[in-house]
Amino acid sequence: MGKFKKNSKRESGAISTASLPDIVFMLLFFFMVATVLRTEEEMVKVVRPEASEIYKIEKKHLIRYINIGPPQDKRYGTEPVIQLNDQFADVALIRDWVENERLTLAEAEQTKMWVSMKVDQDTKMGVVTDVKQELRKASALKVLYSANSRERTN
Amino acid sequence: MARREIPEINAGSMADIAFLLLIFWLVTTTIDSDEGVKRQLPPPVPPDMEQQEVKDGDVYNVRTNFRDELLVEKEVMSIGELKDGAKDFLVATGTGLLHPERPNVTLSDENLKYPERQWVRKSELLALEQSFLAAGQNKRAEKVREKLTAIELFGGDYRELPGSALISLQTDRNTSYDLYLQVQNELEAAVNELRDELALAKFNETYASLEERYNRTKQESLLDKIKAIRLVYPQRISEAEPRDASQGYY
Repeated sequence: MGKFKKNSKRESGAISTASLPDIVFMLLFFFMVATVLRTEEEMVKVVRPEASEIYKIEKKHLIRYINIGPPQDKRYGTEPVIQLNDQFADVALIRDWVENERLTLAEAEQTKMWVSMKVDQDTKMGVVTDVKQELRKASALKVLYSANSRERTN
Repeated sequence: MARREIPEINAGSMADIAFLLLIFWLVTTTIDSDEGVKRQLPPPVPPDMEQQEVKDGDVYNVRTNFRDELLVEKEVMSIGELKDGAKDFLVATGTGLLHPERPNVTLSDENLKYPERQWVRKSELLALEQSFLAAGQNKRAEKVREKLTAIELFGGDYRELPGSALISLQTDRNTSYDLYLQVQNELEAAVNELRDELALAKFNETYASLEERYNRTKQESLLDKIKAIRLVYPQRISEAEPRDASQGYY
């Protein structure tokens, strides 16, 4: 009769974890490359509304941002303010701003500039309308209302 | 002297360090996404421009007030109903030809809130094209040719919205931005859904996928199809010049 041998001597070798750091580093580099860094500091709090008819701009260098919302820093109050580049601005400054931003683009692309409006969802339309009127006067007519995507409702 | 053996450095904690770095990165970076609802603002109005007369039935009036309520065609409506309302307006009379699954809205005297679609007929267009070419108006002849291509693609004459038919949106200064965007979104969704339905019926493909494929391949034949569908369902959302509610336009 055969005997069942218990080969208690044979141990499975520990799995080498030497390559684990490499894997994690690869992940890290992937995220570093894949994320788009925010170029400017957000000085206003923006909770973006949701929309289903979303358009994504492929050429990111054509986009300029206008942020509207209550200031992050409570010392500046709670009323919605406009942020252009890195500072608070008045509606009247928008036309100059558009002109300046347009000059930062190559000549052939100056008419293709997009203005992305990042507006807090609780903002009243008054200030948004004013900004839009100024954009029209400055002939910056391509506007993107920044929003998070959601499903279409039925 | 005997050579001392260099002990192997334990690399087990290397993974932990890398994970720490990874998590630090994930927490500190804010991902910026550039997506949203696209709009083309109208150019500024010259001060001497004349007011155009439009038929009452040709405009779909959408108003929002300071309490975030919707007034559509003088009736209170919830945001969930807006899309279907706008669809009814856009389909109105006579797209049944292209669109058998959507029932036609019949025009009666008390039902004047819908614009009447007009026939676009091949025979008339051919004559029109000749007259434009004879007069040297190449741009207008080009427009006519687009309609002829559309008729060819649809395999028959179709009916188009009158030029004055549009959706008009008037927002109060105290409406919330969220509601404003939802209204814009629903109106665009109405047009997009109709375009999808028509494209599916005629070209076995949704309008969105036609556009997506055209952006990738730049095929002329796809652009013709896109243009044809846009002719039947144009996106005409107009925003009224802002007025102050305190001036009493209600």
